[in-house]
Amino acid sequence: MTMEIMEGSIAVAETVRLCRPQVISAYPITPQTHIVEGLASIVADGRLDAEYICVESEFSALSACIGASAAGSRVYSATTSQGLALMTEVVFNAAGMRLPIVMGIANRAISAPLSIWNDQQDSIMMRDSGWIQLYAEDNQEAIDMHILAYKVCEDHNILLPAFVCFDGFILSHVFEPIDIPSQELVDKFVGPFTPYQKLDVNDPISFGMYATPEYYLEFRYEHDQAVKRAAEAIKKYGKEFGEIFGRDYSELVVGYKLEDADIAIVAMGSICGTVKDAIDEMRAEGKKVGLLNLRCFRPFPSTDVAKALAHVNTIAVLDKNVSLGAKGAVAIEIKEACYGSNIPVYDYILGLGGRDVRKKDIKKIVDLAEKGEGDMFYGLREEVL
Amino acid sequence: MALGIGCTARPGNSRNNKTGSWRVFYPTMDTEKCTKCGTCQLICPEGCINQNSDKTYSIDLDFCKGCGMCAEECPDKAKAITMKMEEK
Repeated sequence: MTMEIMEGSIAVAETVRLCRPQVISAYPITPQTHIVEGLASIVADGRLDAEYICVESEFSALSACIGASAAGSRVYSATTSQGLALMTEVVFNAAGMRLPIVMGIANRAISAPLSIWNDQQDSIMMRDSGWIQLYAEDNQEAIDMHILAYKVCEDHNILLPAFVCFDGFILSHVFEPIDIPSQELVDKFVGPFTPYQKLDVNDPISFGMYATPEYYLEFRYEHDQAVKRAAEAIKKYGKEFGEIFGRDYSELVVGYKLEDADIAIVAMGSICGTVKDAIDEMRAEGKKVGLLNLRCFRPFPSTDVAKALAHVNTIAVLDKNVSLGAKGAVAIEIKEACYGSNIPVYDYILGLGGRDVRKKDIKKIVDLAEKGEGDMFYGLREEVL
Repeated sequence: MALGIGCTARPGNSRNNKTGSWRVFYPTMDTEKCTKCGTCQLICPEGCINQNSDKTYSIDLDFCKGCGMCAEECPDKAKAITMKMEEK
């Protein structure tokens, strides 16, 4: 294993190269830009034999990916925020057509107000689209999840597209030591793409056909079943990934000092790193706090969450998103997973639009949860309201 | 029709995809009254009225949406088509 210090986006581009996509189509948007710039250079330099399709919008980018995937190619795209919002119609179509497209999401806030900074509202907005959603804590996870995603998505028992989500700027623009796996190992794990079915002039089919009321419900049921099946596929291939690359992804939820914790923090993405450091300091002060890192938001691992949190007496959920008029999307799921357990679940909406979340904030949130204060926007600047 | 993964379908599939389920009213044809003028066949927007070998007409209820244009346009002297409520 060779560790290299690399920017997250460049590491993602280099890893996508190792997965040998045959078609790449994407439109640059902050903070995803370096990924597609990187891939454009890689293709132009002849380091990857792929079609790089330049398009005029994200809507077209994912549409080109749908066409290429349906024609039997392994494809890649990446976007964020407004780009993802513009893609919306195509996002749902790609999933309904059950095309194994992998797309990197450098998570960013949604307009208005305009913000180029990080939160997770963009991918959460696509919660119900039928894509798999994986969330990386650091850049090593971001690149590993790209490799894993191809394996899971292309399984003929799954056939779904996937988002690999990593926090914009906080991960996409950060230089940190990364192990970029060898081509040989990636080839061994991912292998060549074998389409389940494809567009072929000699044996024509159409994708994404019309379904009358007699069939639509059943299509949605089968799609839902496939997303649910993906949970076991991620675990299976995550274990296989660990055997080949030495980093295990067989769990959809990962605990940190959770076994004997009284208070559990539930979080998703890069914030988990901050939470772990805060937990170490709180543990030194005698507070039994633990973390449950949600690596996978869709399919939502309800049973795994309930099992991992069964012994705690308080749950604090950190949501870098909000379903306005309701709660944070993660808290809604955690409450559902823990229904009937009588463990109080407190939601904290925080870090929206790039607001820094620090160790002291995590400690304050634990204090609030202990006092039974939650279901709030954390860190509001009262003086500007 | 078995569900194709990805909502895929082969050519000619629209024959299998019955679209008559939207109907609230369905047409009935009284072949005794029918003058075989063919107006109903010409007017049907779904092309689901077909002439039989004995020159009478029959209505393909697999695809008929129940718009009632055939009954409306059937000449006054015949009035061979009557719309009836679907019992669902």
